[in-house]
This record gives sequence, C-alpha cells and structure tokens, in this order.
Amino acid sequence: MTPLLDIRDWRLAFDGFEGRAQVLDGINLTVMPGETIGIVGETGCGKSVLARSVARLVDMPPGRILGGSIHFDGQDVMAMNGAALARLRGHGIAMIFQDPMTYLNPVFSIGAQMVDVIRAHDRASGQRPRNSAAARKKAADLLGSMRLPEPAGMLDRYPHELSGGMRQRVLIAMALIGTPRLLIADEPTTALDVTIQAQVLRLIAELVAMHALTLMLISHDLGVIGALCRRVVVMYAGTIVEDGEATTVFANPRHPYTRGLLAAVPDLEKPQHRAQPIPGQIPNLLSPPSGCRFHPRCALAVEQCTRDKPVMRDVAGRSVACHLAEHA
Amino acid sequence: MWRYVARRVALTGLMLFGLICITFTVSNIAPSDPAALAAGPDATRDMVATIRREYGLDRPLPEQFIRYVTGVVQGDLGRSIVSTRPVTQDLARFFPATLELVVLSMLLGVGLGVPLGMMSAVLKNTAPDHLTRFAAVSLVALPAFWFGILLQLFFSVWLEWLPTSGRLEVATAPPPFVTGMYLFDSLFAGQFNTFSQALAHAALPALVLSFPCLASILRVNRAEMIEVLSADYITAARAHGIARLRVICVHALRNAMLPTLAMIGLRWGWMLGSTVLVETVFDWPGIGLYAVSSAIAGDFKPVMGVTLLIGLNFMVINLIVDLLYGVLDPRLRNAP
Repeated sequence: MTPLLDIRDWRLAFDGFEGRAQVLDGINLTVMPGETIGIVGETGCGKSVLARSVARLVDMPPGRILGGSIHFDGQDVMAMNGAALARLRGHGIAMIFQDPMTYLNPVFSIGAQMVDVIRAHDRASGQRPRNSAAARKKAADLLGSMRLPEPAGMLDRYPHELSGGMRQRVLIAMALIGTPRLLIADEPTTALDVTIQAQVLRLIAELVAMHALTLMLISHDLGVIGALCRRVVVMYAGTIVEDGEATTVFANPRHPYTRGLLAAVPDLEKPQHRAQPIPGQIPNLLSPPSGCRFHPRCALAVEQCTRDKPVMRDVAGRSVACHLAEHA
Repeated sequence: MWRYVARRVALTGLMLFGLICITFTVSNIAPSDPAALAAGPDATRDMVATIRREYGLDRPLPEQFIRYVTGVVQGDLGRSIVSTRPVTQDLARFFPATLELVVLSMLLGVGLGVPLGMMSAVLKNTAPDHLTRFAAVSLVALPAFWFGILLQLFFSVWLEWLPTSGRLEVATAPPPFVTGMYLFDSLFAGQFNTFSQALAHAALPALVLSFPCLASILRVNRAEMIEVLSADYITAARAHGIARLRVICVHALRNAMLPTLAMIGLRWGWMLGSTVLVETVFDWPGIGLYAVSSAIAGDFKPVMGVTLLIGLNFMVINLIVDLLYGVLDPRLRNAP
C-alpha cells in the first residue's frame, strides 16, 4: 500500500532580520490511509509549520526549503502546478484551524464563503461550477450535518454573529466540502470553551469514522490526542523525537522530552503528585543547540548528546531519537 | 439605517452653518473694501457709497450676516461685484467644469491606484513593487504646474496628440446643458464627436490632478493588502482550494478597501479645493480660477460661495463613504 503522506528529510527555514531560523530539521513522517495521527509538542516546535508545508501554505519567502520532499498519494507536492494544487487543497488535504474567530472572512456571509469553496471544488474536479442555488443547498446540507441549528438561515449570517463553537463547525463543514482524504486539524479546540471542546472533538471523531478520513491532529494537549489518535508523534524544536502507538508511547515514554510532557500534565486522580514543568526554555532556532536539540534541558544528557545528533531508532515498539533510549 | 442618514444630514447642515460663520467672519475682517475695488481707482466717494448701499455693505454686520444666511437658505449666494452676476449663476457655469475634472481624476486615481497597490502588495519587495512605490513618491513630489507644462510640451507640442488647453476647440459649440459636464452632456445628446474632443481636452489636466490622489490610494491600498494577505482567513481560503487570483481580488480586496475608501473620501475634498494650479496651466474655466480671481479682486461673495459648495461636496462624499463602509463591512451595519 502506498502511503497517503510521505515526508522525507524535510528541512525548512525562515529568513528574517536576525538571520535564518531552521524551524524544521530533517522531518521523516509516513502516514498510511486511515491512520489517525496526533502531533504534539510545545508552542514553536514546528508542528503548525509542518502541517502547512504539507498543503504548501508556507509563503516563500520568508520560508525557504533547505531540502527533503513531501509526497501526497505518490505525487510530489512541491512540484505541483496551479491546477494540481487546487485539487490537492480541499480535495486531497483539508485543514481546520486553531482560532475560528480569525479564520472566517469577516466581510462575507457564511453562505457566500461556502458557495465560493463549493464552486472552487467543482472547478478543480473539472466540472462546470454549479449555480448558486444548488451550491447554497449543498452548503445548507453540510451545515445541517454539523448539527448547526437552522442551517438555511445560517447562510445569510456573518461570522461576527456566530459563537466560537458555531464558527468552528462552519469551518469543519467548509473543510469537508471537497471530500478530502487527509484532514489536518491544527489545534482545533484550543480557542474554545471546555464544554464546546468536547462537542467539537466528538464531531471530528464521528466525521473521521464516517468518511474514513485520515486525520492529522495537531495539539499541545495530550488528552485531546489520546482521545482521537491511535498514533502519536512528539516534536521538539523542529525535530521528531518519538513516534509510535499512542498507548505504547503514553504508557512507556522513551524520550526524556516525552516523559517531561507527560509529567507536566496534572493528574486529577493523584492530586498529591504536582505537575512537573520541564525546566528551561525552548531553544532559539536561529542558533539551535548542537547534537540533540533537547540536551540543554535534559537531565540525563551525557557528553555524546552535545555532539551527535540522534537518529530515529526502533526501541521498544516505537521510534525514538535519543542516544539513551535503551537505558530509559 | 435611515435614522443614521437623517442624523448625518442634520449634522451636515450644522457643519455648513459653521462654515458660513467662518467664511463670513474671515471675509469681513480682511483689510479690503470690496465697494472701493468695484468702483475703480478713479471713483468718487459718492460712487463708492452708492455701490456700498447697493450691495448692502453699509448695514451693520449682524444684519448683513442674517441677510446672507437667509439668502443661502433660499439658494441665493449673493452677487459677485466683479462679474455683477449672481454667484449661483457663476457657480453653475464654473463648478461643472471642475467637477468633471475631479470625477475624471478620481476615476484615474482609483482605477490605477487600487490595482497597482494590489500588485505592489502581492509582489512585495520585488522590483515591480519598488518601481511602483518610487513612481508614486515622485508623482506626489512633482509640482502640478511644472509637471502639467512638461506633459503639455510632450503630448501637445511634440507629439501633437492632445490639445494644450481649454475644454473644447474654439469652433466647437458646447453640448446642450444638462449637467454642465461636457463629457456627460455630449454623450447624453449623442454628440460623440464633441465627446471625444472634450475627452482629449480633459485628459492631461485630469491626469496631472490625479497623480497625488493616485499615489496616496496606491500606498494605502498596498499597506492594507499586505496586512490582509497575512490574515488567517486568507490562509484558510487558500487551504480550501480557492484560486489565488480570486483570494486576492475578492477575499482580500474587500477587506482592504475600507481604509482605501476613507482615503478616497478625503482626497475628493482635497482635489476640489486644489484644482486652481491645474486650471491655470490648462486654462480650464473652473471654480479654482473663479475663486482665486475673486479673492484677488477682494470680491468675497464668490469666495464664500465656492467655499460653501466645496464644503457641502466634501460632506456629501464623506457621508456616501460612511454608508459604503456599511455595505462593505457587515460588522459596521448595526453601529450607531
């Protein structure tokens, strides 16, 4: 079976006034159809940039590709022309985003925005774009399937008239218009209330099951990932440090950073155990640490860690990039 | 919505009254005697006194003011001492010419400024962007009278493509009066020959007048487009597979048009009040020339009339701009 998404040695930098920040350093990631994969890491570890490079949404400049390749369904994403890209976005890959407040255009009605996407997909799949009445009908149906009340009336409303949860449902509906194969959800619940978070997560889980979607869920919330994803990928400072079945990784983390992340989650059942923050700060990517990028914050670091960059190895049923993985 | 318009119209009336107060005061503290000027250097005291009585200038100031305001309300702006015609008649003759120039310039300014600003934003920090911005700064910096003469030399004298001055050839009769704007009137009357002639005459002055306006619209639109293009909803629109051109020209532009619209409103007023140089260079019989020659002659009724007319125009345009804001941005529709 060909992988749906195949990222090989992907290296990406941003050029700025202060120099070049290498935000993704040799990412290798293979996603098979039907997988649900969670990408976890601190803010600034490159998880959103990774997601955006997959749909080729990183602007160049300031972005700059230093090497590597991304293949979606066997096709080189970086080599796609305009028409192929239009098919990729929405049809191949759809995205939902962190803050539903800012990802809807404030000056167009919900209906106008959805009709625009529906017709763009008609065009991308080589059909004549349907007329606006038919497109509105489809938009209303989609909104209804997101369990939004009065979907037909919703079409004439504007983003500022909706709540955060409603907006996120609208954005999910828009993402599903092109019946995508890979759904990338970039922190989809971070900006929502806790009660709404649960509803939106349940909706995403149902849609993934119903449409047999491959899901790439990006979050810094291990609980969200554990609830929706079978596989978890832990990122640190532009590198993948651990990758494996969520149950395996969570039960027995092998990378010190993964252990630190898990220890930083407060446990309601053991209130006497205080959550342990990871000491230190994420490194400045303008001049990243030598060797293992995590070594300045790692309690276990030895001399080798400051010198050699660890490669991903299979240890105890998952991949991990740590010189000391066997000893942990 | 209609309540908002009504309130704005009432406010406009109030502002016009303020404008009348200011122009009236300024005209009367200016150290010149219109009656003496009108009577000429050889006039006797009696002749000056007669003229003063005739124009009501011997009355106490408050009475003159009340008379003037009552007149304005009834559409009477007084009488010009120099031309001896009612100011409203003069304005009806000169204002359409200026308005024609301003409308044409604004069309040029918006029609070139907005697309160039968009292009500059999309190609940010590339050669075309630098070139456009350099040209824009130069266009603002070049004085209109100098640049106008340069264009006259090039297009009229060397290439002989366009006429140097006036609104029509001397032999051509103006089209039947509807608005006083020859371009519109000639089309309305079906006189296409007159239309193309009027267009050829208006081209250079409108171009020169439009440059500062074009440049500021370009810069505002560029800055705003750059900001909007980095907005989250633009990323989302691209992620949804909407074509790049449509993202730029529809999704981004409508957001970026709000500040550009404000600039258009301001520039409109500015252009109306600054046509005099262009009118002088191109011998264009508009209100700029009328106002300046009246002011030099110490003939204040025309000056006040022109001021009021430009003020009113400015207020109306800005009311329209504010209403268009609501059309463009739904978030402003329910605002008080």
